[in-house]
Amino acid sequence: MSAALTLMDKLWDAHEVLCREDGTSLLWVDRHLVHEGSHHAFAKLAARNMNVAEPELTFGVVDHYAPTRAGDVAPDIRRMIKTLGDNARDAGIRLFDLHDPEQGIVHVIGPEQGLTLPGLLINCGDSHTSTHGAFGALAFGVGATEVAHILAVQTVWQKRPKKMRITFDGVLGAGVTAKDMALHWIAALGADGAQGFAVEYAGDAVRALSMEGRMTLCNLSIEGGARMGMVAPDDVTFAYLRGRSFGPPDADWNDAIADWRKLHSDVDAVFDREVRIDASTIAPTVTWGTSPEDALPISGHVPHADDAENIQATLEYMGLDAGMALSSIAVDQVFIGSCTNGRIEDLRMAAKVLEGRRAVVPGLVSPGSAKVKKQAEDEGLALVFMQAGLEWAGAGCSMCVGMNGDLVEPGKRCASSTNRNFKGRQGRGARTHLMSPAMVAAAAVTGHLTDVRPLLEGRL
Amino acid sequence: MSGWQTLTGSAVALPHSNIDTDQLIPARFMSQPRGAGYGSFLLHDLRGAQEGHLLDQYRPKVLVAGRNFGSGSSREAAVYALVDYGIKAVFAPSFGDIFAGNAVNNGLLAAQIDDGVLAMLIATMADTAGGAYVDLTTGCARIAGHDIGFDLDPVRRQKLINGWDDIDLTAQYSEEIKTFRAARFAAHPWALPTT
Repeated sequence: MSAALTLMDKLWDAHEVLCREDGTSLLWVDRHLVHEGSHHAFAKLAARNMNVAEPELTFGVVDHYAPTRAGDVAPDIRRMIKTLGDNARDAGIRLFDLHDPEQGIVHVIGPEQGLTLPGLLINCGDSHTSTHGAFGALAFGVGATEVAHILAVQTVWQKRPKKMRITFDGVLGAGVTAKDMALHWIAALGADGAQGFAVEYAGDAVRALSMEGRMTLCNLSIEGGARMGMVAPDDVTFAYLRGRSFGPPDADWNDAIADWRKLHSDVDAVFDREVRIDASTIAPTVTWGTSPEDALPISGHVPHADDAENIQATLEYMGLDAGMALSSIAVDQVFIGSCTNGRIEDLRMAAKVLEGRRAVVPGLVSPGSAKVKKQAEDEGLALVFMQAGLEWAGAGCSMCVGMNGDLVEPGKRCASSTNRNFKGRQGRGARTHLMSPAMVAAAAVTGHLTDVRPLLEGRL
Repeated sequence: MSGWQTLTGSAVALPHSNIDTDQLIPARFMSQPRGAGYGSFLLHDLRGAQEGHLLDQYRPKVLVAGRNFGSGSSREAAVYALVDYGIKAVFAPSFGDIFAGNAVNNGLLAAQIDDGVLAMLIATMADTAGGAYVDLTTGCARIAGHDIGFDLDPVRRQKLINGWDDIDLTAQYSEEIKTFRAARFAAHPWALPTT
């Protein structure tokens, strides 16, 4: 009998073209997703007079610089979008361009289009590529040199990571989401807690998540240091994928399912590290500092400086005092969107909080894709956001990273459904608090960080 | 990319953990082509907030920093900013996985040191620079008078020393890749995108 394998090992072995004596594997890449930031890689390729090896496995997406509001577009943003368009056209790559009805954030439209499938190896020059692991894919972000390598030879050199399993037992409380699960484990293990590991998420609370929730969980793997996160595919996964544009045609569907059902860790598989968390103990969670590990339940207080380094510098940047209740922190604005929490379920949850209520601070809602936008409009969610006084914008990375000009002003405090509270992330001097879309909506209607659960009573 | 074995220069310490890639190069600079150089973008907002920042005083080749250096975004521009500024090596207790890979692809050493060594170097250097000598072949360095060892994956060590280019390296396996491709799509037709 063969040795018990983890999901990660099964995926790795299925893509290993060869393994060098030094232990580095050359892996076959099934899908390569490029965006405006890939201009460095295309330039490297051009400098060597090389062509894109597999244009039919490569897909281009305008997302990081996509304008989401009407008005003039800055010349450098226009140039970034045009450069991707030129590179895609020259290489014969399918481009999801700005006004394409299928456009959106690369980690939203990959799954939406059926480009993301269980068992695939997916690379993109973006650290949140870990998102696609929610489908049982081996998916990880790469830098520009690696993007150029994949464009040139459709493979990537990697060392096999260690394996960690994070098991969430039990049932999440009402109003508690995948975002809270992620912030919870990152706070417990640290922002470098899973460095060198691939994380598999397991347990009843993970099985109970929708694909949107699993994507949020896997998306944030990198914020805990793991380049890849994954969930074994199941009927929830297959139901999501059926009929997606680029997914298997009906003729191949049963064969695909048969292959995909093998994608799980064997019962006796051994992980380098096992972490167990009782999901029922997780509360709505927010960050107070400038690293995703600076996360606490909303009932908590801003920590006091111990010998933990530069907490004082963090508090100064964030404009907070040690010991203050998190729920007393007033916000200047809110943002709902991003590859972490810009999907339809995220918008539905935020709308449940906002329906019939008014936001007391300004805010921007940017759906993760043009399709999510249309669906939200059809379902009446867009109207809820607008009636609450929030701005309903177009699809893109938007205020998560500010490259398109959607910025938080210096010193302003934003409750945000995004992935990074780094200094300057949402704009120079911007103060970011990470939380779930429901919690962002709660901050919008109260004007301060607040426990969303009472606001959801009778609405779930 | 040319390889290197030893370097001599100065070192400074940034006593912060989680110096992420958004700090190393704020996103607003990333639409620039590489040709003009990325050095002026390095830690732009941190340096801008402080007149006569350590980095600008000493223009070090070696940086010593807290844990989780280079965490966050996959932007290789963070490495470009360091390299274009003149930094050849960063010593820290831990590095973002993607950053560490990007570093070696650009000849930048990301050397792992113990927390204790970090504390010692920060205490010694404080707000000034120290001399630095780094030897990749032995995995030893002398920074501010302290002899320290550092951890580096042997594959990455070789790559830094040889200045290997992966695309050239992979070319020798083109037949293996072709064979693998054919076998994969024959066995799993569903893995091809429907067009």
